[in-house]
Amino acid sequence: MAETANAPMAVSDEVAIQIQKMNKWYGTFHVLRDIDLTVYRGERIVIAGPSGSGKSTLIRCINALEEHQKGSITVDGTLLSSDIKNIDTIRSEVGMVFQHFNLFPHLTILENCTLAPIWVRKIPKREAEQTAMHFLEKVKIPEQANKYPGQLSGGQQQRVAIARSLCMRPRIMLFDEPTSALDPEMIKEVLDTMVELAEEGMTMLCVTHEMGFARQVANRVIFMDAGQIVEQNEPEGFFNNPKNERTKLFLSQILGH
Amino acid sequence: MSDTHAHSVAFVRTTMLPEQPPPASEAGVVKWVRENLFKGWFNSILTILSIYFIYVIVSGAWPWFANGIWNTSSLAECRDMLDGMTGACFSVLTERWNQLLFGFTYPTEAYWRPTLAFFLLIVAIAPVLYPKAPRQLLVFTAIYPFLAFWLIWGGTLLTPLMVMVGLIAGYFAFKQFERQSFAMGMLAGLVATVVVIWAGGIIPASMPDVMALHAIPSRDLGGFMLNMILGTVCVSLSLPLGIMLALGRQSSMPIIKWICVIFIEFIRGVPLITLLFVANVVLAYFFPPGSNIDLVLRVIIMITMFSAAYIAEVIRGGLAALPRGQYEAADSLGLDYAQSMRLIILPQALKISIPGIVNVAVGLFKDTTLVSVISMFDLVGMIRGPILASTEWNGVYWELWGFAVFVFFIVCFSISKYSQWLERQLATDHR
Ligand SMILES: Nc1ncnc2c1ncn2[C@@H]1O[C@H](COP(=O)(O)OP(=O)(O)OP(=O)(O)O)[C@@H](O)[C@H]1O
Ligand SMILES: [Mg+2]
Repeated sequence: MAETANAPMAVSDEVAIQIQKMNKWYGTFHVLRDIDLTVYRGERIVIAGPSGSGKSTLIRCINALEEHQKGSITVDGTLLSSDIKNIDTIRSEVGMVFQHFNLFPHLTILENCTLAPIWVRKIPKREAEQTAMHFLEKVKIPEQANKYPGQLSGGQQQRVAIARSLCMRPRIMLFDEPTSALDPEMIKEVLDTMVELAEEGMTMLCVTHEMGFARQVANRVIFMDAGQIVEQNEPEGFFNNPKNERTKLFLSQILGH
Repeated sequence: MSDTHAHSVAFVRTTMLPEQPPPASEAGVVKWVRENLFKGWFNSILTILSIYFIYVIVSGAWPWFANGIWNTSSLAECRDMLDGMTGACFSVLTERWNQLLFGFTYPTEAYWRPTLAFFLLIVAIAPVLYPKAPRQLLVFTAIYPFLAFWLIWGGTLLTPLMVMVGLIAGYFAFKQFERQSFAMGMLAGLVATVVVIWAGGIIPASMPDVMALHAIPSRDLGGFMLNMILGTVCVSLSLPLGIMLALGRQSSMPIIKWICVIFIEFIRGVPLITLLFVANVVLAYFFPPGSNIDLVLRVIIMITMFSAAYIAEVIRGGLAALPRGQYEAADSLGLDYAQSMRLIILPQALKISIPGIVNVAVGLFKDTTLVSVISMFDLVGMIRGPILASTEWNGVYWELWGFAVFVFFIVCFSISKYSQWLERQLATDHR
């Protein structure tokens, strides 16, 4: 797949997410400071940075799992405000995959995947099940459809979580360290799924420490520290020629061994 | 062929081991007895001592049971028949069974009505208790409360029908306004229900004889029937109320939150018996003057509030035990508050809370006997009052209280067995 690396596939100049001068505080603690970020449709962005730098907080603000206090976030043309209707619209357009999968343990894999389409999109059950099976095949676990999450391995669960998000046919996917709770041999199966998704032109924002993945699929790597975007660049430039001291330090630590 | 190359540290497996069945464990009664009853001398002594105690108790109680007399009409007659031997006078049960079960003023010719209501109750709760029961039965479950009310209290069928129509109207109003907001929906539903029941109240009032059963006032209810009515009604009402209180306590709206907190903490800080006295004498002041709210209804309100507060706390524990990720996953899929609660959070939280809820339910059922102190004649009230005070049966304590213990034990033990079964059924997280 080396030929796909850095090839700016299907990036349009249509704006998918626009974040302007966004600030967030936890109490008095200033977590995100003046974040400016424009994500174009079809773009794949990897967000890296040391622990506690605010990466999770940033992408959780995009689908309003956290609220921001200053500045604006516009997703797919909808301004994120405290209006519940707006928030629910945005959430149904934006898929999110969590570090700890967060599957619903009391529902089967199939039910996990059909729940939101049936209740939020009001899709008939049969159709929702067909869609779900389609995406479960895509993540290569259709045979697990009637099991419960607790019966699956971590890697399988994370792939189900990806399928569950895809069933809502989102236009944007957010990933928060999707592989960091997994054993090494399972990381690859999840990354493969994500690479495939990227190749289909999905707009993706991904917090990850998998630098190989970043090199392979990202159009842009964003480096955060202390709640700010410190550096952003194409993967080539980012890895080979980092400008900021903090970036250099971070890269030397993470790639050093 | 050997698996390993012996005498060397390096190890290479050359043949894979085939799967084998586990060794058959030696089974049988003898082995069980040896391992469980006579394992070591200390264990054996304990076993023998226990057997001796059981023997003493059984051999003491057995003649009492075996010589029991079932067919006399008073204690004196029974004592005569026993003629100095030990023996129980079970005839108090056979002679007064109707009072024990239905109270002493419930008309004899209407006994079939609560009895029928009881058997229909079994049909009505089947689909709630057994997920595998046919779903269509739920329609009957929904109708049942109105039917049971009509059967037990009598009067025209139009009264419960009117209430049912009111609730249906409320449901549709709720559905209509729910799109705007959940709170709007609740309010609209409540208003519609009250208006329809209040306005429609003229219909049964003007035609009191349409499909009417002989009306029986609440004060004529009694015996174990009263315990069953209070128990079932209060458990089924306090569960939804408890869920609402628990969710309200977590609410981000401060007013709702504080109302729930104050309610729960107040109720938990007060003994049930004082609430019952309040129901008996004080509560009437809170209702509009002239409205004559039935004593049984007042008691139901009090017991329901009481157990709802406890159930709310149990469920709060269940809610707190769920990882935040479940809420976030539900949110991130675009489910709204009501959907994420109903589909994701509550099914899991309630499952965790089952043992606690059952605990409260069993406690509630037993606490229904407290109504005997506000001079209602439930099973305990009947025994304490009319039966033990009668000249015929003054002095038969063991048989009567033994009966009460037996009946309550059967019900509570079944509830607890059921809950254990349910927990096993719902266990899907293969930890
Ligand atoms: N709910 C919260 N309340 C208060 N502080 C918080 C909360 N969540 C996160 N923080 C703080 O905000 C900062 C940013 O957290 P965030 O989770 O975004 O970091 P991160 O970059 O994702 O780190 P990691 O790589 O460890 O996941 C951290 O210092 C964290 O302690
Ligand atoms: Mg994080």
